[in-house]
Amino acid sequence: MRAVITVVGKDKTGIISKVSTFLAERGVNILDISQTILEDYFAMIMLTDISGASVPLARLSDECAALGREINMSIHVQHEDLFNAMHKI
Amino acid sequence: MFNTNEVLETINMVEREHLDIRTVTMGISLLPCVCGTAEKTAQAVYNAICKKAESVVKVTDGLAREYGIPIVNRRVSVTPASLICAPFPEKSHLIGKALDDAAKTVGVDFIGGYSALVHKGMAEYERKFILSIPEVLASTERLCSSVNVGSSKSGINMDAVKLMGEVIKSTAFLTAESGGFGCAKLVVFCNAVEDNPFMAGAFHGVGESGTVINVGVSGPGVVQHALEGIPSANLSDLAEMIKRTAFKITRAGQLIAKEAAKRLNAEFGIVDLSLAPTPARGDSVAAILEEMGLECVGAHGTTACLAMLNDAVKKGGVMASSRVGGLSGAFIPVSEDIGMIEAAERGTLNIDKLEAMTAVCSVGLDMIAVPGDTSAATVSAIIADEAAIGMINNKTTAVRIIPAPNKKVGDEVNFGGLLGRAPIMPVHNESAEKFISRGGLIPAPIHSNKN
Repeated sequence: MRAVITVVGKDKTGIISKVSTFLAERGVNILDISQTILEDYFAMIMLTDISGASVPLARLSDECAALGREINMSIHVQHEDLFNAMHKI
Repeated sequence: MFNTNEVLETINMVEREHLDIRTVTMGISLLPCVCGTAEKTAQAVYNAICKKAESVVKVTDGLAREYGIPIVNRRVSVTPASLICAPFPEKSHLIGKALDDAAKTVGVDFIGGYSALVHKGMAEYERKFILSIPEVLASTERLCSSVNVGSSKSGINMDAVKLMGEVIKSTAFLTAESGGFGCAKLVVFCNAVEDNPFMAGAFHGVGESGTVINVGVSGPGVVQHALEGIPSANLSDLAEMIKRTAFKITRAGQLIAKEAAKRLNAEFGIVDLSLAPTPARGDSVAAILEEMGLECVGAHGTTACLAMLNDAVKKGGVMASSRVGGLSGAFIPVSEDIGMIEAAERGTLNIDKLEAMTAVCSVGLDMIAVPGDTSAATVSAIIADEAAIGMINNKTTAVRIIPAPNKKVGDEVNFGGLLGRAPIMPVHNESAEKFISRGGLIPAPIHSNKN
């Protein structure tokens, strides 16, 4: 099962490191990363494989949201089907 | 890999534009619950709902977290209760209580289906059932009621229309302490649909399967935001943008609906793509109409804007899902839409304009508060007007009107939460008493004869 993880907020050092370490600790495999910076605004989108994750998707979503609050970024974890449904015909 | 803009667009829709799944509604057939006595039937009804809807809240919570889309309401709709109560109409209140208790046990915020379908005629047991509605709504919390008084195929049952004027008045009277709140849980329909997931008008039609999941998606804020992005576009381009937006919203709803049905061991019924506003700023249908170029909702041009909006929403929705149903269009509940509330307070929006608007959108006169001294005959006449629009135009129309006790024009009633606040709107004071007291059936229109 794959999930899209989005990290959005004000740019600063160490965002990728913190998020990817956090995910690795939970057995989430990052398949692809794309990142853009618009002015000071940082947006990272990761496609991940959560088949081997140690926590279920709903909990991963809660934990990532909590990490986001900690590092002052907005982090969303969403099943990839949502984007397939909304943006592909 | 996904396109960055598409991913961020979805996140923005949820975070800033109030995209949500407005309701996941489980439809449950109660026909197998009918037993020899009212007491046994009530127990069977309670048990059936508790068993089937046991996990609705848990499953939908999980889905909201996994897909990152809020699911605002969980609801249950059931077979019209007048059918279940037919052998013992004097004891209908026992079934009403069982439904309300079951809703509390499973944790859904509303349960719909304390309903009767009397569009062609009203049997004695149905009349008795309808007479129980005010007491039952006053003594329950989460139970919603609806009565279908007309259809394009059968005409309008004016005896039922007359009765409903009286029922609404006595519901308001019995719930006077809360501003007539009981009336917010009571809808009078023409051409009621059997798979509507939205309250207060949801019930589980007899043509439906045993257990069904219907989902209502919303997103006025998303549509408004999309239109803000193209401020000088012509109306064809606006319509196209609305369609595309409606498509995306509906797809999200269908995904949730299918997954919820699978996990709850129910059939996937329909997705109802309705632009259902809430009193929150940025979640308003009125704001879309104003974005289209009106100074204020209620201005001349409102009906045309709403017609285009409603049609474009349907086209986008139908393209996105093969199971579009319910009401699917734009809702215009006055108390639940900040733009409508403000327009009504200014007097720009009145009942006559709203009536015209209901001819081109998906519902009817919804959540409208009128003076407490409005007569039952006037309420019935308002219902008759709406039912006529629905009957002639082959569409659903509804009336959810609150004759707020002891209130007059200039006052307001506040129901709180998603139901919002309603300024008291003036009605015409001229009497329709004689017309309403005639009774009988307004015959079905000529174009209903299609066989």
